[in-house]
Parts: sequence; C-alpha cells; structure tokens
Amino acid sequence: MKITVEHLNFYYGAKKALTDISIEMKANEVTAFIGPSGCGKSTFLRTLNRMNDIIPGARVEGSVKIDGADLYASGTDAVLLRRKVGMVFQKSNPFPKSIFENVAYGLRINGMAKGRELAEQVEASLKAAALWEEVKDRLHDPAMALSGGQQQRLCIARALAVRPEVLLMDEPASALDPIATQRIEELIYVLKKDYTIVIVTHNMQQAARVSDATAFFWMGKLIEFGPTPSMFTGPREKLTEDYITGRFG
Amino acid sequence: MKFRLTTGAIASVIVFIVAGIAWTLWDQAALAIHKFGWQFWQTSIWDPVSGEFGARPFIWGTLYSAILAILISTPIAIGIAVFLSDWCPASLRAPLVFVTELLAAIPSIVYGLWGIFVLVPAVREFQVALPDWIRAMPMFSGPPVGVSMLSAALVLAIMIIPYTSSIAREVLKSVPATQREAAYALGATRWEATRVALHYARTGIFGAVMLGFGRALGETMAVTMVIGNNPQVKWSLFAPQYTMAAVIANEFSEAADELHLDALVEIGLVLFAITLIVNVGSRLLLWQMNRERKPKQRATAPAEEAA
Ligand SMILES: Nc1ncnc2c1ncn2[C@@H]1O[C@H](COP(=O)(O)OP(=O)(O)OP(=O)(O)O)[C@@H](O)[C@H]1O
Ligand SMILES: [Mg+2]
Repeated sequence: MKITVEHLNFYYGAKKALTDISIEMKANEVTAFIGPSGCGKSTFLRTLNRMNDIIPGARVEGSVKIDGADLYASGTDAVLLRRKVGMVFQKSNPFPKSIFENVAYGLRINGMAKGRELAEQVEASLKAAALWEEVKDRLHDPAMALSGGQQQRLCIARALAVRPEVLLMDEPASALDPIATQRIEELIYVLKKDYTIVIVTHNMQQAARVSDATAFFWMGKLIEFGPTPSMFTGPREKLTEDYITGRFG
Repeated sequence: MKFRLTTGAIASVIVFIVAGIAWTLWDQAALAIHKFGWQFWQTSIWDPVSGEFGARPFIWGTLYSAILAILISTPIAIGIAVFLSDWCPASLRAPLVFVTELLAAIPSIVYGLWGIFVLVPAVREFQVALPDWIRAMPMFSGPPVGVSMLSAALVLAIMIIPYTSSIAREVLKSVPATQREAAYALGATRWEATRVALHYARTGIFGAVMLGFGRALGETMAVTMVIGNNPQVKWSLFAPQYTMAAVIANEFSEAADELHLDALVEIGLVLFAITLIVNVGSRLLLWQMNRERKPKQRATAPAEEAA
C-alpha cells in the first residue's frame, strides 16, 4: 500500500469537514474521489500533502501514512513531504514567469539541478507532461500566453519536475474543453506507470475512464470505496448508486 | 447605460477641473514663463530682491528628497506589508494594521515638530560622529547643522511608509491563494512562497511605491521645517536644501511684486504636473495588475493548441 489513512477527522476551526475516513491507495494506481460539491473531496486530498497546514484553525486527527511513514507525526517535515507529493490544481496556476522557469522553479528551490542538468530535467518533465513538442521553440515565452489546456499540462510538468512519488490532482480538467480534457486523461493513463495518482473529479465518465479504484464521499464521510468497475456496475450502497446514476448531486 | 453615463459625466467633470487648475496656474505664472522661459529651470540664483529667479535648486531638492525617501521607505514598507499579510499571527494583524494606519493620520506639522526636536539633533550628532574620511566625501560633506536633506528624507520616509505598506498589503492579499499553494506543493518554505507572491504582485507593488513617491513630492509642511530652506544644488545629505512646495509655502504670502508671485506659481504649476503624472502612472500600474491577471486565470480558449 502506498497511502494508508486511518480514522481521519478534519476540522476547519469548529466545523468538522471529514469524519472517520479510512482508506488505502495502491502504488501505480489511479484512485478517483467522487461526490457532491462540498462533501470534502478537496479537503481530504489536501490532507495527503499537508496543504491544509497553511489554513489558520485547521486541525487533523488520525493518521495518514505514505510508505508507512506518518505524515502528521511530530518529526515529519511538511516541506520535504510536499516534494514527494506533487499537486495539480483545479485552475491552472502557472507562475507569471517563462515556460522554462515555471518547470525549473521546484528544481531551483530544492537545489536539485542547475545549468545543463537543469535544462535537461526541464525538458524531461515537459516531455513527461506531453507538452514538449508544443513549446520547445518558445521555452522563454511567458507561461501565461499558453492556452488553458497547455497551462494545465505545464502545471503537471512543474509538479513532475521535482520527481514526486504521488500526484494529487484536484479536478484538473474541469476548466478545459473536451479535447484538452482528453489529453489530460491520456496523460494520466501514461503517468500511472511511474506515479501513484489521486484525482478528484465531478465527471462520472472521467472517473470510470481513468481510475482503477473509486471512492465516493458524502457529507464528509467515505461512503464506499472499491475497484472502479464494480463501483460503477454494482455499487453496494444506495447513496452511491443514486449519485452515480445522477439522482442527486 | 445610465450608470455609465453618470460615471462618464463625473469623470469628464474631474478632467475639466484638473485642466482648469492647470490653466489658472499657467495664466497666473505668465509673466515668469515669458520672461525666463526654460532658463527658469536651469539657473540656480533665487534672489527676489534683485528680481533674479532660477528654480533649479527647488526641483532638485524635491526630486532628491523624494527619491531618497522612497529608497529608505520601500524596503521597510514592503517588509511591513509582507509581515502583515504572510507572517504575523492573525490575532496581531488587526492591531498592527490599526497602528500603521494611525501613522497616516498624524498631521504633517506634527511630524515637522517631531523632526525639529528629535530628528534634526540626531542627524547632527550622527554627522559629528562620522569619521573624517567619510565626512570628506561629497555625499557627506558640509558643516553639521542638522537641518538638511537627510532630515527631510527621513521625515518623508516615515510619512509615506503607511501609504506604501497598506497598498502593498492590499496587493499581496489579492494574489490568488493558488500561487502560494503551487509553491508549497513544490516543497517551498514559507519564505519562498512569500517570494512567489511578491513576484506575482510586482507590478502592483511598484505602483504602491510610486504612489508613495507622489506623496513625497508634494509633502510641504514637515519638509519645510527640517530641510533648512537653502536653495542650492548639492549631493551632500547634510547640506540644507529647499523644495518646490517649501518655497511656495514660505514665500507666497510675502511675495510683493508680480514677478516673484508668478515665479512661485510657475513652480506650483510644474509641481502639479509632476505629481499628476506620478499619481496617474501609479494608479494605472495598480489597475493594470488587477485587470491583467484576472481574465488570464480562466484562459480556457476553446481554440486548443494546433499541435
Ligand atoms: N478554508 C476553509 N475554511 C472553512 N471551511 C472550508 C474551507 N474550505 C472548505 N471548507 C468547507 O469544508 C467542506 C468541504 O469542502 P471541500 O472544498 O473539501 O469540498 P469538495 O468536495 O472539494 O467540493 P467541490 O466539489 O465543490 O470542490 C465544505 O462544507 C466547505 O464549505
Ligand atoms: Mg473541491
């Protein structure tokens, strides 16, 4: 098991956002989180790289282990941890710098490469994100000038550059048109050979297409979790079935 | 439609008023403008008794003091803005914001009095304490009088810090959370995430600095009280100098003859033009930063790349 979560509770101040979540995610698999808006998918995803630490008043109970090491143990360095767990956001959020500098950023701040080696790793990351061919002649153009789909793949390249083991994606294609979405999905399929991927999505077809396992959340609780095919063909819970068939949410 | 018409009407009224002020000043300064031409800004003798008017020391003093003031205040103001937006505990933020905002509410004359009683003697002592080889340099030469360019620049710096820092704080606050989060997700420390936010906000922060510069250019009372009011063009930080606003304030009520009066009004006209340009420029920068970022955030062009 790559990621093991046990009895996780999460609070925004006094408000409880996640209740008693236990789940296990396998290495080199894509796990999809589905559920109605506000059910806590993003919150849960962000507990996996301690991104919620920066929200004032946020509090976590229970344990999250990656490769057996507890993220919230007192000795864990959140800064080092986040490097191992990459993240791609709902809206593409490139830095207002050049394409090259966006990908190089993580390598630079972590002192992972410089000079020729830096350029090689930037190239490798852009290739891994299936963006290289489109940008190789304009690496020093501003990232903001790329199309929405290209920007999102740039953000994936930026996350891959620091060689994470886990990749968290929060609705990575929700702001994109069908063609750009399809490219991201193809990319996810390729990337899972090297990474453990967790993806939040509102799109049932997308979850069915890209994921190996699916978790259904409802009001801060994990209602059902299992292999994607059986989740979509024969859900155990009534709530899951209602949601998948579009009866609510 | 109605709303646009109203705002349009108000905007044109304002433009009209500004143009009106400029025209009045121009008209009132006519004598000096015709008599001296460009010469007015190139000569340094200011002698109302003999009717000689050269305004170079004033424009020098105004620009020099304002530039020194932003050099001193900018790092401090940005430091305060960064501390308040990214670093200080939430419980401390409100009181600290209140205190910095309070600094902006202190009347200019009070800063001037503080300058005379505290800053000027301190500058004099500082100058005396400097080793001789430093005092031999043109930047630091001259007798220790205390009233000086440095005193003026320091007072100005303190006066503009609240403005620059509060606008810079607003600008930093408007940086989308996902910028800092993107940095954190790549293993950035808190300080590195702050730098990402600063970089994102750089246009707006430059606008904030320019707005402070605009204030420093026009500030009158406090500067008049500590700068020494001596029309000379000197690099020395310890030399008493003069500014455009200060000379108008000091001499306007006693200007007996027409030419003297017109010369002062011409200085006012140019000061008006400079501050107007600086203010409009900085507002444009701030406005551009807000506008530029937003549409590109949702750049979901259906015309996907032609790859
Ligand atoms: N920073 C925050 N402070 C307080 N409450 C928050 C915060 N972020 C989210 N919440 C609350 O926590 C709950 C879960 O939010 P979350 O963003 O995880 O939902 P989600 O499943 O990702 O929804 P969506 O599909 O709309 O993105 C919601 O009720 C939300 O209002
Ligand atoms: Mg969400």
